[in-house]
Amino acid sequence: MTKRYGKECVVDAVSASIRAGEFFSLLGPSGSGKTTTLMMIAGFAEVDEGGIRVDGVDVAAAPPQQRGFGMVFQNYAIFPHLNVFENVAFPLRARRMAEGEIRSRVQSALELVRLERFADRFSRQLSGGQQQRVAIARAIVFQPKVVLMDEPLGALDKNLRYQMQVEIKQIQQRLGMTVVYVTHDQEEAMNMSDRLAIMNNGRIEQVGEPADIYENPVNNFVARFLGEANLLPGTVEPGARGCGNLRLASGATLAGRLQASGSTTGNTPASLFVRPERVLLQSMDGELPNDSTWNHLPGRVIRTSFLGNILRHDVEIAPGLSMTIDQQNLGAFDLPAVGDTVRVAWRVQDAVLLGS
Amino acid sequence: MLLVAGFVGPMLLFFVQTLAGDGGLATLVERFASVLATDAVSTALTTTLVIGLLVTLSVLFISYPVAYYMANRGGLRFTLVLFCIIVPYFTSIIVRTYAWMVLLGRNGLINETLITIGLIDQPLDLLYTQTAVVIGMVYVLLPYMVLTLFATMKSIDPSLMRAARGLGAGSVYAFCRVYLPLSMHGVISGSLIVFILAIGFFITPALMGGPADVMIAMLIERAIEITLDWPGAAVMSLVLLLLTLALYAVYYRVTDLQRMMGA
Repeated sequence: MTKRYGKECVVDAVSASIRAGEFFSLLGPSGSGKTTTLMMIAGFAEVDEGGIRVDGVDVAAAPPQQRGFGMVFQNYAIFPHLNVFENVAFPLRARRMAEGEIRSRVQSALELVRLERFADRFSRQLSGGQQQRVAIARAIVFQPKVVLMDEPLGALDKNLRYQMQVEIKQIQQRLGMTVVYVTHDQEEAMNMSDRLAIMNNGRIEQVGEPADIYENPVNNFVARFLGEANLLPGTVEPGARGCGNLRLASGATLAGRLQASGSTTGNTPASLFVRPERVLLQSMDGELPNDSTWNHLPGRVIRTSFLGNILRHDVEIAPGLSMTIDQQNLGAFDLPAVGDTVRVAWRVQDAVLLGS
Repeated sequence: MLLVAGFVGPMLLFFVQTLAGDGGLATLVERFASVLATDAVSTALTTTLVIGLLVTLSVLFISYPVAYYMANRGGLRFTLVLFCIIVPYFTSIIVRTYAWMVLLGRNGLINETLITIGLIDQPLDLLYTQTAVVIGMVYVLLPYMVLTLFATMKSIDPSLMRAARGLGAGSVYAFCRVYLPLSMHGVISGSLIVFILAIGFFITPALMGGPADVMIAMLIERAIEITLDWPGAAVMSLVLLLLTLALYAVYYRVTDLQRMMGA
């Protein structure tokens, strides 16, 4: 699908196939086109090029009410003049369902979100989390093929957000719902999604399972957006068996896996990607690991910070080039001090060469 | 204090002097009943209420789409509509009433045009009818309703209509079930304002109405200026005042409720 506002392409040839029963997230920074993409799926934004097929039927021209998707909005959009029961009953009444059927369906939807005792309340008498649950109950009560959620947890505080993530995920699995979920919160996306699409500048950069994207990002943007990443710039020299060498500006050579697509070939600018938690910090007199399966560099600690469960160190490995290294907080530590000379080391298989 | 001294005080004095001058409560009730029983007064009261109702309904039906348009459009179009609504508001009622008389008169713009294009041979009696009174009053009272409705509609979260449509409601169902109920406070308070103002109207019915279209305010003026029936005028004024206060009480409750609902 493509969407343009004037000359600007807000959503540029975005294409993805979402499986039935899947929790699929669109993850990206603000302005990446993820909400516009969702609005196009929902029918609130026109599709300029392309189509939207549900079970093989193109719905791109249908108005929102005929698409039959459930929808949860960022600000909940609970009808203030209707009580919880009538809010949840709204999609059923709009479909002219029989009163008895409405009663039992609303009842079970409210039970699912644990709001059965709040049926007579109005939205102003509910907390943020409760309003969110009403919105979810309302979106699933008519058993839609697909439920669309637009940053539904954005307005909740951090603890409640995690709790709601778990709840939404449980409901989704219990009902076998297909969910398309928009968020800018990477933890939220990884926690809930079966698969996710990383979006940037109106394009999908990468689609895959959270762990796969985390381990094998296709480019620098994805590497940096999903989790923390070290990206060391240099030039590539092809090596042996799916591996390549990267020469840093300082002259040191590091090895890493080449991407499956294998587009990084001789003497092109590239960067070596490695996650901070995969890098070991050793004292210089420590035992050197096996040379061929490990990269190692000398460096100087320039900053350490205590983040609770992890300790984060910035180590300068060349003038103006530093790496971030995360250590689990395991209690007893010989903490390196700022200014110490240390050795950083990581396995070749944990590093990926990304073309730029 | 100034309000009491300059307005409430003289008014009370007027009522007390004219009504309670001689005799006790019994005479007062008797006088009340006799004034209200006169043909002229009861007819005028009925006419006033009928015209008030007609005007309120007409204003509502014209204003609702206008206010809806204003609440859902931005930029130049909004400014233009607002301008058209507001500017007449700052013009004197008499000037606006005369303008309508020029349009509706026997040799007025509408009759001339209709004769010129050959639709009619004889000029229509447009002026000095109840219709003319209603048209003139609708024009004068329109801004009150439009602005009241606009304020209410502007406070309706547009994502609610989106949500309604996203959940499977067609435009008509979504409007009836979501938008109309949410704008109902505006409809009620706007109607009350317009009705309250309409039943006290004097200039427009006096200038544009026929002999049958005597409203209560005109009757009060006649009683004071021409027939010098001050007690009669006092009774009629009191009835009008009590009616207005009662409606105002309703209006106050509605707007108060609206604030409570946070809508």
